[in-house]
Amino acid sequence: MRYERPQTATQAAQLLANEPGLARILAGGTDVLVQMKAGMVTPDLVVDIKKIAQIGNIQSEEGGYRIGAAVSGAQLGEHAGVCAQWPGVVEAAQLIGSTQVQGRATMVGNLCNGSPAADSVPALVAANAVARITGPNGTRDCPVADIPAGPGRTTLTKGELITSVFLPARPQGAADAYLRFTPRTEMDIAVASAAVSLTLDAQGRCCEARVVLGAVAPRVVLVAEAAAALIGTHLEPPALDAMVAACRAACAPIDDKRGTVAFRTQVAGVLAKRAAVIAQTRAGAKS
Amino acid sequence: MAFDQNSKRIFKVVGSRPPRPDGVEKVTGRALYGADMTAPGMLSGAILRSPHAHARIVSIDTSAAEALQGVKAVVTSADFGVPDDEFLRDVQDNCMARGKVLYHGHALGAVAATSAAVAKQALALIVVDYEILPHVTDVDAAMRPDAPVVQEGRSLENVGPGLSQNVTSYCEFGHGDLDAGFDQADLIISRSFKTAATHQGYIEPHACLASLSADGRGDLWCCTQGQFFVRTLCAGILGIEASQLRVTASEIGGGFGGKTTVFIEPVALTLARKSGRPVKIVMSREEVFKATGPTVSSSMDIKIGMTREGRITAAQAQLRYQGGAFPCGTVEMGAQAAFAAYDLAAVQTQGWNVLTNRPKEAAYRAPGAPMAIYAVESVVDELCQQLALDPLAVRLMNAAQKGTLSSYGPTFDDIGLRATLEAAQAHPHYSAPLRPNQGRGLSCGFWFNFGGNTCVSLNINTDGTVGITEGNPDIGGSRASISLMAAEELGIPYDKVRTIVADTSSLGYNDVTDGSRVTFSVGLATIEAARSAIKVMCGRAARIWGIEEDAVIWEDGCAKPAGPNAGAFPPMSLAEIAAVSANTGGPIAGHFEVNADGAGVSFGVHLADVEVDPETGATKVLRYTVFQDAGKAVHPDYVEGQMQGGAVQGIGWALNEEYIYGADGRLQNAGFLDYRTPVASDLPNIDTVILEIPNPGHPYGVRGVGETPIVPPLAALSNAVSRAIGVRLNELPMSPPKVLGAIMQRG
Repeated sequence: MRYERPQTATQAAQLLANEPGLARILAGGTDVLVQMKAGMVTPDLVVDIKKIAQIGNIQSEEGGYRIGAAVSGAQLGEHAGVCAQWPGVVEAAQLIGSTQVQGRATMVGNLCNGSPAADSVPALVAANAVARITGPNGTRDCPVADIPAGPGRTTLTKGELITSVFLPARPQGAADAYLRFTPRTEMDIAVASAAVSLTLDAQGRCCEARVVLGAVAPRVVLVAEAAAALIGTHLEPPALDAMVAACRAACAPIDDKRGTVAFRTQVAGVLAKRAAVIAQTRAGAKS
Repeated sequence: MAFDQNSKRIFKVVGSRPPRPDGVEKVTGRALYGADMTAPGMLSGAILRSPHAHARIVSIDTSAAEALQGVKAVVTSADFGVPDDEFLRDVQDNCMARGKVLYHGHALGAVAATSAAVAKQALALIVVDYEILPHVTDVDAAMRPDAPVVQEGRSLENVGPGLSQNVTSYCEFGHGDLDAGFDQADLIISRSFKTAATHQGYIEPHACLASLSADGRGDLWCCTQGQFFVRTLCAGILGIEASQLRVTASEIGGGFGGKTTVFIEPVALTLARKSGRPVKIVMSREEVFKATGPTVSSSMDIKIGMTREGRITAAQAQLRYQGGAFPCGTVEMGAQAAFAAYDLAAVQTQGWNVLTNRPKEAAYRAPGAPMAIYAVESVVDELCQQLALDPLAVRLMNAAQKGTLSSYGPTFDDIGLRATLEAAQAHPHYSAPLRPNQGRGLSCGFWFNFGGNTCVSLNINTDGTVGITEGNPDIGGSRASISLMAAEELGIPYDKVRTIVADTSSLGYNDVTDGSRVTFSVGLATIEAARSAIKVMCGRAARIWGIEEDAVIWEDGCAKPAGPNAGAFPPMSLAEIAAVSANTGGPIAGHFEVNADGAGVSFGVHLADVEVDPETGATKVLRYTVFQDAGKAVHPDYVEGQMQGGAVQGIGWALNEEYIYGADGRLQNAGFLDYRTPVASDLPNIDTVILEIPNPGHPYGVRGVGETPIVPPLAALSNAVSRAIGVRLNELPMSPPKVLGAIMQRG
């Protein structure tokens, strides 16, 4: 097993592209090291990306924030700007693992691990976040929503790595929220989850919304019908009921040791409703 | 050993809360656990485990593994003998499958190599040809006459006809006329229950280091609750004499009953014998879940009749326990414990032990009792609800007490159930208001407790300190409690006493640390050893003073003349007598050896408040109080710790913990991620109330406290959740999908 610590994203992409065997990227390591220890993967090459410039930083950009791929949940939680603008993204990222894991775990790692139950992914998709990708042929931007391909898989091609995710600027009266269901209060994986990002107009009416579900399908689910049910409303009970129904209709979960189809479908709707109300309250407080 | 009749004794040291003697070593990382032992030339052992639930081993080809550079030994069942003793053969076959693998994770080969990586590589080179057999993991399915048979010819004659050979034994307890009893009832409720298998979840995985030299002498260091029993099993399996195998117990990171047998030790010894090198084996957490001993899962039918006023007229239980792939006797304990809390005119319990393709169960805190009492206490609670009776008042009305003929045979002596119930009734928790979606549950719990073989040496050091050598690994604070009892008896400060756990060559046989026996049995042996040392010290003082030995008494840590007639000598302290012992007859020590009885049963009552999220089925435990009779709490911190720890394990069992098997018979959740033991943030503070109703069988009145507290939480939680959601739940764990399903069915 080779261990490399390149200084630039381009070098990292080259190393990954040129490796004939199995390569893994190491940032926080909270997934890959566990998988290696469990014997699930035995990489031939480990590329530690933490020496790449800016990869561990949060930068302001066009009124939004660019979050480096090696930024930990703990670091994110200490950034007042991101916390104020994207509280739902931060609360999602901070649900990954324990306090100790928070010191290492990254949102990009959470995304690239490809789990349908990843906590930060629904919140990033609700935020319309965009991943910046470096590959052997240069750099490209891709919506986070298009990164997951199914359990354990992403749409990234050989040699590509995500160097940052961009959270766009937000108008006044906008906020987001993320909720997940786990049987335990900590040290657990989402059985179902929901992220809602919405914008309220001056009258407190919802004028923009994105509703996203996690752990209820092979990929994260952006439920346009659920968003449509909220837009133009004050999230009155009928609007919320319509959104819940749209969420449940969009669920295509599996029965497994963590939950049943019926349970996941039912609870996804409950979480979406509760997240929408939290986002509305947060947005109202800001406007 | 009778309770000291000067029962008004004012304890000076016993009942205090000194810092734990193992605390500094543990928090600074210096304590030596099973995996911390090393030896020169040591090899890494690794075990090959079955991927199948049930299969015939057609062949095992180890040649490629043996040829791998760094591999020093490969063993299979062919490297073991076949013990004549059936029990020993089962233990061995569980450690190393012979002919068939009986469950997913069953060991069937092992490798010792120069590194863990090489050992792992070698395991992958062992080629096994399996003939896959039909399997069964559910207890009810395993009892059907057409079920796949786990082991042939293991069914005892007392098992009735019409059942699978998987049913290995039957038991029955009770007294009185059931039909007449049920005729007197105003309401009879019959319900069926199921509980899942749960694991003890100890933090430290099993680990051992084995060394067997060319002259046949062996040393084994391991993480165990009973080094003497490990010696018995390993010496028997290896065919060596007990004196030739010294077993040393490491510091232990939890056991809860799960470390009362062997899983890897005979394998490590066999690898050490074959390789001629010391071999260390450390289980992974996955191996612990797959191939150690979780508790039984159960299927139970309960029928209880009650009068309108709340008197139970008759009670009946049928208990079916599966204990994995080898026979066990766990259902007997459930059948005896089920109705222990009640004074009943007519009671019958029947039990069936059943084989399945699962790991052999091991003891888990009050083995067999929690599930049976869960089912009984659920039906009692439902009767109370339907008859609009106060559940605590009903328990008091029916409570067993001194003189009650217990449901399992003995007549109770002094017991603390009534006092414990009264304490719960008087506690502010019982009358605190509840809000919507909240419920309060109550349950009684019981455990027999045990005494057993015990051997203690107490040495008076010449500097006036005391060393105690005992033979039971300390899993719950016993070293502190033993030192406290010695200090109390000798009349010296606690910090002058140090208690150590000795290896098997240093003491006579001590039973395993189980049955909540250690503070009781080792405690009474320590008190008697101290008394025998005191007798020696009084003799030495008599000799120094030139008076008769029986003219000397021991008081406040000193020898004193018994009265003015004995002479006017200033008292001699323990330290003064010890300092001159070389001139008065040599070293001073006390010993005591006993097969202790009179352990004294223990009762507890738990109150639990929960809130259920009606939209997700999630249960939050809001408030929890444990009331328990400790006889005499020697070190109250540890007693409270036992009460809290038992409650927490029971809460996990009630809400989320379970062994989950797929249709393929494979265990799906062999890790703490999906085997959901509660974490700290899942729990409220567990409040404790210790009652002290002296045990007539111990000089200080001590009762074991370690097991009773895991018994009541299952029903306390189930009764609380059932009351909160308005639907009765009859299956554990009450995981959110089940609770939400029940709420949605209720409408």
